[in-house]
Amino acid sequence: MTIAASESTRALAERALSVRRGLIAAIHHAGSGHPGGSLSATDLLVWLWENLYREAPPNAADGGEQFVLSKGHACAALYAVGAEFGLIERAELLRFRKLGSPLQGHTHVVDLPWTGASTGSLGQGFSVAIGKALALRHRCLPGAVTVILGDGELQEGEIWEGAMFAAHHGLDRLCAIVDYNKMQSDDRNENICGLEPLPEKWRAFGWHVTEIDGHDLDAIGEAIRAARAHEGAPSAIVAHTLKGKGVSFMEGSPLWHGSVALSADETGRALRDLGAGEDEIAAWLAGSVPA
Amino acid sequence: MTTAQAPPNLVGMSGGTLRDAFGRALVELARERDDLVVLDADIAGGTGTHHFRDACPDRFYQFGIAEQNMMAAAGGMASLGLLPVVTTFAVFCLRAVEQARLSIAYSGRKVVIAASHPGLDVGPDGGSAQCFEDLAAFRAIPGMAVLSPADPLEMRAATRAAIEWDGPVYLRTGRSPAPCVTVEGAPFELGRGSVLRDGSDVTLVACGVEVARSLAAAEELEREGISARVVNLHTLAPVDDALLERCSRETRAFVTAEDASIRGGLGSTVAESLARTAPAPIEMIGIDDVFGTSGEPEELAAHYAIDAPAIAAAARRVLVRK
Ligand SMILES: Cc1ncc(C[n+]2csc(CCOP(=O)(O)OP(=O)(O)O)c2C)c(N)n1
Ligand SMILES: [Mg+2]
Repeated sequence: MTIAASESTRALAERALSVRRGLIAAIHHAGSGHPGGSLSATDLLVWLWENLYREAPPNAADGGEQFVLSKGHACAALYAVGAEFGLIERAELLRFRKLGSPLQGHTHVVDLPWTGASTGSLGQGFSVAIGKALALRHRCLPGAVTVILGDGELQEGEIWEGAMFAAHHGLDRLCAIVDYNKMQSDDRNENICGLEPLPEKWRAFGWHVTEIDGHDLDAIGEAIRAARAHEGAPSAIVAHTLKGKGVSFMEGSPLWHGSVALSADETGRALRDLGAGEDEIAAWLAGSVPA
Repeated sequence: MTTAQAPPNLVGMSGGTLRDAFGRALVELARERDDLVVLDADIAGGTGTHHFRDACPDRFYQFGIAEQNMMAAAGGMASLGLLPVVTTFAVFCLRAVEQARLSIAYSGRKVVIAASHPGLDVGPDGGSAQCFEDLAAFRAIPGMAVLSPADPLEMRAATRAAIEWDGPVYLRTGRSPAPCVTVEGAPFELGRGSVLRDGSDVTLVACGVEVARSLAAAEELEREGISARVVNLHTLAPVDDALLERCSRETRAFVTAEDASIRGGLGSTVAESLARTAPAPIEMIGIDDVFGTSGEPEELAAHYAIDAPAIAAAARRVLVRK
C-alpha cells in the first residue's frame, strides 16, 4: 500500500470520527434515538460517501448511484454523513427527530430524496433496493445499488424473498452490506433467533459473498470494489462490526440499541471517546455547532 | 407410455370478466407508454396479466410467491421512472399492506396495485380466499385512490384512469363473468361517481358486482312504485362528496351495496361523507363481521344477503326511516 493511500485512509478515519460525534450530539438533543447501530454503520457510510457519492448524492431519478439504509433506525449516522459531506446544514443535526425537521426518526425520501427510501419497517428497504437494481437494468441506466442491512433485520422473511429474487434475476449491480454487529433490539442475535452460518446462507441463496472487518476502511473499499466488479450474481458483504463502535461504555452492549436518551454527562464522555476537545464538547452540549 | 394428454381445463381463463378486461387493457396501454411494467406473484393466469406476459414478455416481472418483496420492490422501480402495476389476489394484497403504505404511498411513489378475486366473487375457494377487508385497509392509507369498477367495459376505462392518475391506486378487478351495466365509450372520471338510473325515493349506491344487483333491485322496486336512483360509486377514494350530497338532498335515503366489509368499505365511505354534508338514513348491504365460505358466487350472494332481493328489502326498510 502506498503512503498516500494510508494517509487518505487516516483522513477518512478522522471524518468517520467527526460523523460519530455529530450523530451523538444529534441523539442527545433529540432526547431519543439509536446510537449503537448508528455507530456500527458509520465507517461503511463514510467510505461510500467519500468514494462513490461525493460528487453527486445518490438516488437521482434518472439513474446513477443508488443507496438505501434499510436499517433506517440508524439514520442519525446517515444524517451526520449528510452534514459532513455538505448535503444538509450541520445545525440541522440538532433538530433531529423534532417537529418540522426533515431529519425524521427514520428516513423519509419525500423530505430528503438522497436517502433513497422511506424506512423504519425492517426488510422493506432491501426490496426497494432490489426494485432499483431491476429498474436500472430495465432502463439500461448507468449506476449500481448499495443497501445496508442490519443483522437482526435479516430475521424478516421479506429479506429472503428478496435474496432469492435478486439471485434468480442475476442482479449483479446490487450490493448488500450486512452490518453484522451481532446484536439487535433486546439482546444478542444468538439469544433472539440465531443467524449463523450467515455467509453460507447468502451463498446458498446464490449470492457472491465476502466477509470483512466493517471498521477497516481499506477492507471496506476492497470488498465494495470487488462486489461491483462481480458479474452474474448480486453481492453480499458480511461486515463484522461492533455495536456502539468508538464509545467505550456502549461498545458491545445491547443496552444502547434504541430509545436511548443520552444525558449531558454520557454525551460528554462519548464525545471525548470520539476525540472531541473540551471546546467542541461544550459547544455541542450548548446546542451550537462547533467551529 | 406416451399417450397424448389434453391440457387441463383451467377455470376462469375465459373472457367476460373484469380481470380479463384488465389484462387486455394493460396490453393496450403498453403500446402507448414504455414505462409500464407488470409484476406478478405466480398467478398471472388468475389475475388476467397472462395477456400482458404473452404480449410484452420483457416488461413482465415474475416475483414468485413473495408479495411483500414484490410490493416494496415496485416502490423502488417507481423511484427510477418506471410505472409498476403490482398484481395478485385481493387477499394477498393484505399481506403487503404495510409495504404499500411505507414503500409506495408514504414514499410518494406512483404504483398501481391491482387485486383480482375480491369478496364472495372468489366463490368455491372458500372463506380463506374471500377478502372483504381490502377496501377498508387501502382506503385508510393517505393519498391512496381506491377503485372498484362495475363491469368489464368500465374496467378497461378504469385501468387507463388508474395508470394516468397522479398518485398510487388500489384497483379491484374481479374473477367471475360480470354482466355489463355501462356502455362502450361511457366517460370514466376517477373520483366522480355516475348515476346509472334516476330515481327520487331512495339512492342505491354500489360498487363492483353490486352495481348490477342494485340495478336489478331498482327494477323490482319500480314494480312496487318505489323510485330508486342507482349510483355507481366506482371510486371510494377520493370520494365524490358533491354527488352524494346532491343525492341526499334529492332522495333523503340511501342503501349502500358492496361485496366487501361494510366496516370500512363502501358503507363507511358513504356514511362518513354524508355525516359531514347532508345526513340521511342509510341501510348497508355487504359483509358484516363474518368470514366467507365455499359456494358459487351467486349462491353466496343470496346466502350472505348481498343479492338484488336483499338490496330491495333494504330499500323498503330505509324508506320507513325517512
Ligand atoms: C418490521 C420491524 N419490526 C420491528 C422493528 C423495531 N426495531 C427497530 S430496530 C430493531 C432491531 C434491529 O436490529 P438490527 O437489524 O440488528 O439493527 P442494528 O443492530 O444494526 O441496530 C427492531 C426490532 C422495526 N423497525 N421494523
Ligand atoms: Mg444488529
